Amino acid sequence: MGMTMTQKIIAKHAGLDNVRAGQLVEAELDIVMGNDITTAVALKEFKKTGAEGVFDKDKVVIVLDHFTPNKDIKAAEQCKACRNFAWDMNVKHFYDVGEVGIEHALLPEKGIVSAGQIIIGADSHTCTYGALGAFSTGVGSTDMAIGMATGKAWFKVPSAIKFVLTGKPAKWVSGKDIILHIIGMIGVDGALYKSMEFTGDGIQYLSMDDRFSMANMAIEAGAKNGIFPADEKAAEYCREHGAKEPVVYEADEDAEYEDTITIDLSKLHPTVSFPHLPENTRTVEEAEAENIEIDQVVIGSCTNGRISDMKIAADILRGKHVNKKVRTIIIPATQKIYLECVERGYVEDFIKAGAVFSVPTCGPCLGGYMGILASGERCVSTTNRNFVGRMGAKDSEVYLASPAVAAASALTGHITSPENV
Amino acid sequence: MTAEGKVFKYGDNVDTDVIIPARYLNVSSGEELAKYCMIDIDESFASKVEKGDIIVAGKNFGCGSSREHAPLAIKCAGAGCVIAPSFARIFYRNAINIGMPIMECAEAAAEIKAGDEVSVDFATGVITDKTTGKTYQAEPFPEFMQKIIDQGGLVKYVSAQFGNEQ
Repeated sequence: MGMTMTQKIIAKHAGLDNVRAGQLVEAELDIVMGNDITTAVALKEFKKTGAEGVFDKDKVVIVLDHFTPNKDIKAAEQCKACRNFAWDMNVKHFYDVGEVGIEHALLPEKGIVSAGQIIIGADSHTCTYGALGAFSTGVGSTDMAIGMATGKAWFKVPSAIKFVLTGKPAKWVSGKDIILHIIGMIGVDGALYKSMEFTGDGIQYLSMDDRFSMANMAIEAGAKNGIFPADEKAAEYCREHGAKEPVVYEADEDAEYEDTITIDLSKLHPTVSFPHLPENTRTVEEAEAENIEIDQVVIGSCTNGRISDMKIAADILRGKHVNKKVRTIIIPATQKIYLECVERGYVEDFIKAGAVFSVPTCGPCLGGYMGILASGERCVSTTNRNFVGRMGAKDSEVYLASPAVAAASALTGHITSPENV
Repeated sequence: MTAEGKVFKYGDNVDTDVIIPARYLNVSSGEELAKYCMIDIDESFASKVEKGDIIVAGKNFGCGSSREHAPLAIKCAGAGCVIAPSFARIFYRNAINIGMPIMECAEAAAEIKAGDEVSVDFATGVITDKTTGKTYQAEPFPEFMQKIIDQGGLVKYVSAQFGNEQ
């Protein structure tokens, strides 16, 4: 029996010719990553192992992105502990305020991750790098600690669902809309413990930013990872960003899939996830018909804080003004994207439109800071989760959408199709 | 090893944001996190839970964030075990890695009611509802994971290996 893309990458890193779904293996890691919240726990566990140093200072990545610039004294203490650990361990890829960006936009941009690698990160959205054709998955702090100490992790080899994407998406349909549509189809545990492997001729129409958004939200379907073939576009991205030479793994013709789902991208609509689960999807037209008034819009995050997301928001907001009742918060994911927004004049567009433009941070997405919701408030957000209390008060509501839908909704004050502004 | 106590029951897809909201993640001490455990789904949980009590929930327990603070908060709040038909994969890993007992058993998760007195035998995977007298058999862990559990978590398991190497 053949292997899936993910199984091939795992087999290679476990030193095996073949693996099968369900098998437990120990694999070598190319990158071990953590953020300020998870590293704070991991460093304590790391010390307990008795290891004197990290397994490879070039392969450990620590990104202080969640509660930075420090949101309060306790967060400041946590960051201080992470910073001291990173310095003590001589960690090469350590990113602090000034250089820091949201981890899952930052690592690909800095060329730290590449096709064919195994990456674990103590952050659930680590699955983002599957867009490059890597096996990349979120773990907890103890796994991060052991990964830093040994350079290895245990994995249960996942089975897979194959998504065959065909056709060309319509103008306002982005990677975000495609993945929300898929989560709506299969549910928040529809790919539990499994790989989501994306294939098909429709992939050629998806930019790398679209693919990052899609792989990013594989976890919202319960998946272990989401992965795209490392095609020429992905390989070029890796090379352009100075990453290690991409290693391409293709699924075998006779690879076994638990299910194969074909999706005609040309038939999809912009999609919105209603509270309080990402699977509660509607088309933007259905959402608009419900005339849902909103109090806040957030455009940013590891899902949608990339330059193409900023461009769409700027193109929609330019020369207009957001609805007086909508607090519009725009957050570029990295300093490079921030600078590009300045150079391209997007920041001026945003400010003149009545939005605020923040430094990179995960802040509002997880209800940390920089845009917390009061009770009963509603937010259209380009982030990835709309659980109870995710962005603030437990009876606040989060509607997940693309940057185009979020920007259009900021203008009107209710959930709106970008077609109508 | 066993756990025994009364049952707190919840529905499907209990996510890590309701188990321990991110607004409390500016600390990592288990004792501190335990004070807010389940606060956005059940405000009284932290004050009512007693050592050994059992959480019984629906499918996909622990979905969402990778925060190890979630199983840590449950463990430090005193809960002895979580029983569900399925767990989100990162939560599952984290629970095993930190030595927070979990059991996969769809039948028990469906039938056991809030407030029932339940005991769990981790060695055999037998769950007993003492209120109804009914017993259930949980899915056994693979041998490798059982070894981690027996050692008291992944750090102790790996430290033992470091010790052997040195």
